[in-house]
Amino acid sequence: MTGRVAQNGVLLLVGTTKGAFMFRTSGSRSKWTMSGPYFRGEPVYAMAFDGRAGRQRVWAGTGNPFFGSSLRSSDDFGATWTDREEHAIKFPSTSGLALKQIWQIRVGPAGDPDVIYCGVEPSALFVSRDAGKTWTANAGLLGHEHRPKWTPGNGGMCLHTIIPASDGRIGVAMSTGGFYRSDDGGRSWRARNVGVRAEFLPDKYPEFGQCVHKVVQHPSRPERLFLQNHWGLYRSDDWGETWHDIANGVPSDFGFAMAIHPHDPDTAYIVPLESDRFRCVPDAKLRVYRTRDAGKSWKAMTRGLPQEGAYESVLRDGLDTDAADPAGVYFGTRSGKVFASRDEGASWEMVAEALPSVVCVKAAMVTAAPARRQAVRKAGAKRESRTGRVLRGAR
Amino acid sequence: MVVVAIPGPLQPYAGGRATVELRDSCATVGDALRALGEVFPGVRDRVLTEQGDVRHHLNVFVDEDNVRFVRGLATPVSDGSRVTILPAVSGG
Repeated sequence: MTGRVAQNGVLLLVGTTKGAFMFRTSGSRSKWTMSGPYFRGEPVYAMAFDGRAGRQRVWAGTGNPFFGSSLRSSDDFGATWTDREEHAIKFPSTSGLALKQIWQIRVGPAGDPDVIYCGVEPSALFVSRDAGKTWTANAGLLGHEHRPKWTPGNGGMCLHTIIPASDGRIGVAMSTGGFYRSDDGGRSWRARNVGVRAEFLPDKYPEFGQCVHKVVQHPSRPERLFLQNHWGLYRSDDWGETWHDIANGVPSDFGFAMAIHPHDPDTAYIVPLESDRFRCVPDAKLRVYRTRDAGKSWKAMTRGLPQEGAYESVLRDGLDTDAADPAGVYFGTRSGKVFASRDEGASWEMVAEALPSVVCVKAAMVTAAPARRQAVRKAGAKRESRTGRVLRGAR
Repeated sequence: MVVVAIPGPLQPYAGGRATVELRDSCATVGDALRALGEVFPGVRDRVLTEQGDVRHHLNVFVDEDNVRFVRGLATPVSDGSRVTILPAVSGG
């Protein structure tokens, strides 16, 4: 099934190892409509929604196993997708590097409505300042003195997390390498991993080299960060200068996925996994853990989730929240299930049960009026006719 | 003249062509792919990485020979050679 989904409410973008899907629901968030698969057979590890400056644009990073990774966008909720003649994300020839995979697409702050970021493998940050038309590799990270010592984790040497702020600060996380922050809009970068453990190195607390799996930030309190490490759960209250262990009452501090509440900087969500050797939820119980006190304590959220025989895992971009009140929480599993909570995690319903392996779940609020959407759609299609092809349905 | 056979998924990036005839002289298969890429950059980006290497899951043949087992992109071509681009056996 391809084509468009309904036009208002929450939009759930689901990337899988064999294509992308979209789910839409109305304000009640009780009934979901699926569309897709888009990019059939291609892994889609990164998706994002850009609702700034009147856009209703869905982004997807597709990884064709034969022909390379592409950045695709749709201004009509999947009815058509751009397909550029030349790949958008390319390393400069002088770098000696070649793109392997797009791991993250992140729109910039609302005050910079044409700024978009991509995190890729091998570890690099690409930036567009014209709403995605052209892209440039960030030189500060590309030439960083630590680069020769960054080493690949199981997923490859990837920059998978981007935290843009409106004050010129940007944070990125990579596996391995750790968390880096720039205070000058991306010109220079410094590792900020004080307190974050590297279980797999002789020096357990090095300057860099940690295997950070995900970092989240609260929009209203940018100095507040939560970090899910390759073993270890941490919080920073000073934009990453120092990190503090918050693994209080969780069955394991190993995991990948992490999300933050849209309105409360003390509330975050994780899905712990048993260990790095057995990457399934502990005790075969699928539990989302929620803290409401910034990590002093965590509570298992289980209602509606399978509590026996559930050998599930959730990857680093497989968990997200919407911006509604009460907040919606969403996650997808490697076994192809997607769950949704419309009460901040208190109870869960299955949205999909047999997708390909889910690697990315992103939630967005879609509120534009139909007339505006049509105008944006026409403008987008016209633009692409000059620079590439527009494919209907991207089958 | 060297003829390049374009696989089906890449034909939209080659103006719908199944084959492209290169009239410029080419000494190697690398020359042929670069000449092809100047006319059809969409094909180039999908066959070669930004460092100019053949993508890992693609095979390029000169007549019957896979260039990986000859001299890579330095494999010679001559007038009448047929260069074939084919996706490898891959996927999951």
